Amino acid sequence: MNQRKERIDRGIRVRSGDVFALSSWREMAYLAAPRILPVALCLLLPLVLSPYWQKVLLSVAVFALLAISWDILARTGMVSLGQALFFGMGAYCSGIFNHYWGIPPLFAIPLAAVAGGLLSTLMLLPVLRLRGIYFSMVTLVIPLMLVRVIEATKIFGGTEGLSGMDPLPSRWVEMYAVLAVLLAALFGFRRVMDSDYGLVLRGIADNDRSVINAGINIYWFKAQSLFICASIGAFAGAFMTHVYMFVGMPVFALDYSILPIAAAVVGGPGTLAGATFGAFLLVPLSEALRGIGGLRIVLYGVFLVVFIVALPEGIFHYIQRKYHQVERWVEVE
Amino acid sequence: MTESPLLEAVELSKSFGGVRAVHSVSFAIQSGELMGVIGPNGSGKTTLVNLITRFVKPTSGKVLFKGETISHLPPHRIVRMGISRTFQMVKPFYQLPAYKNLIIPLYSPRMKMLAGRRYGDRNAVALDLLEEVGFERDAFVAYKPAGALPQGYLKRLELAKTIALEPELIILDELFSGLSLAEVASIVPIIEKLRLEGKTIIMIEHRLRELFRIADRVIVMNYGEKIADGKAAEVMESDAVKNAYLGTENVCK
Repeated sequence: MNQRKERIDRGIRVRSGDVFALSSWREMAYLAAPRILPVALCLLLPLVLSPYWQKVLLSVAVFALLAISWDILARTGMVSLGQALFFGMGAYCSGIFNHYWGIPPLFAIPLAAVAGGLLSTLMLLPVLRLRGIYFSMVTLVIPLMLVRVIEATKIFGGTEGLSGMDPLPSRWVEMYAVLAVLLAALFGFRRVMDSDYGLVLRGIADNDRSVINAGINIYWFKAQSLFICASIGAFAGAFMTHVYMFVGMPVFALDYSILPIAAAVVGGPGTLAGATFGAFLLVPLSEALRGIGGLRIVLYGVFLVVFIVALPEGIFHYIQRKYHQVERWVEVE
Repeated sequence: MTESPLLEAVELSKSFGGVRAVHSVSFAIQSGELMGVIGPNGSGKTTLVNLITRFVKPTSGKVLFKGETISHLPPHRIVRMGISRTFQMVKPFYQLPAYKNLIIPLYSPRMKMLAGRRYGDRNAVALDLLEEVGFERDAFVAYKPAGALPQGYLKRLELAKTIALEPELIILDELFSGLSLAEVASIVPIIEKLRLEGKTIIMIEHRLRELFRIADRVIVMNYGEKIADGKAAEVMESDAVKNAYLGTENVCK
């Protein structure tokens, strides 16, 4: 008696039909679980973790935001190699607002998210016409350039940076604020990308001439996408400024560019949930491997290569596919 | 009496380095006309379209649409004025279902300028449009990923994307290329219907037999220059055209 593995996809109708979902509790649970579980996890995790791992969770959320920002940009046809630009812009903006003008963190952070996003967008506006690798190269160079500018001109504290920033009211506010923003970004922007507006953005990546031929100004739409993504990144940076109570040249470091890409690619490019998932995987892993020091960045590289070769769809897509599949052994004669 | 033409090209020229892709081409097209553009490969037909729609910037010369110069406008502005084209290489959004491909033209600012017609539920409008170009309603084909569609449907999809914008001037760049006779025969009535709706159409074609059946007028290009302009039968009689395009024997008859 031989056995064969049978694999059945759930019908598209079953998966996406809203009305069908109301037919049974099981269906509703089936559809709701992938949405409710991560939310519940995010809300409960801070309660059970030690203060050290709470800090790790903070940086998980920050890198997840950067990865989400990278993914939206990539889906608009702009592959950024310089997420550190957005991060650093937000960080310095918030630092300046708080240090020089004494704006309290709860106002400085959102303000810095918008201001940092706007500044980054203005910086990249001249290269919006570039496509593919040319855009990527410019984004890679700008943050490296800014570091040298700060070093050479000694503005905003120069190599010393600015310190003595006001912290957020308590570590619980800190924790839940960033998790709330992460969840809002995850579910909110997923909705945006699935809307007709998001379709236009994705169309630009696919075939920009066809989008122009619809009478749509693609540079205006690209600029909007860039501003959205830069603001997400700038929020992450602004937030970290008030966690570390310090802002300096390291905010433009390569880590903030490479890790989000690794997270998005390992987690599953093309889905914001995948990007978040990747961050939840890679950041704690690199914390656990803190012992190997500078080699960690090598580790991201290795991870990136292994996943691009072995599982190019990313972990999230793999899990998603399996979740919607029924597998069983059937006997064949 | 002559009314002012819908579109007028004045001495349009374009050189790529030393190559004169289009050289001093002038023509005018009246509202409601169907004009064919023919010529051997590399004679500058597609470049001519790119110059009109401003996907390529002219080296010299200008284009007038309804009496206004449009050759300084960016391409998306020209589309908004009511000139829409298909591309020779159909490149749909492959992963998206066929009808979702139409969401982007329906999202166009032109739709908002057009006093509300075809506005509202874009998915429903998209399915209507697909039916107009011959996607069977209630069949699965409109929901298939565009990458899985056969060539004939891809061309129809491309046509639907153009019609979705409700343009006044439609430019079809080799719509019939790569299609079987039967497929062409099923698209021709769609074009004839567009004419009845009063649309002006420019067709670039290599399929002369089908083109001559529907075209009012044909211009012939060779080495980037316009060598003939007139009724299909007349144009084909001229010696310059015979030599340049069809050889010395009268193939078309």
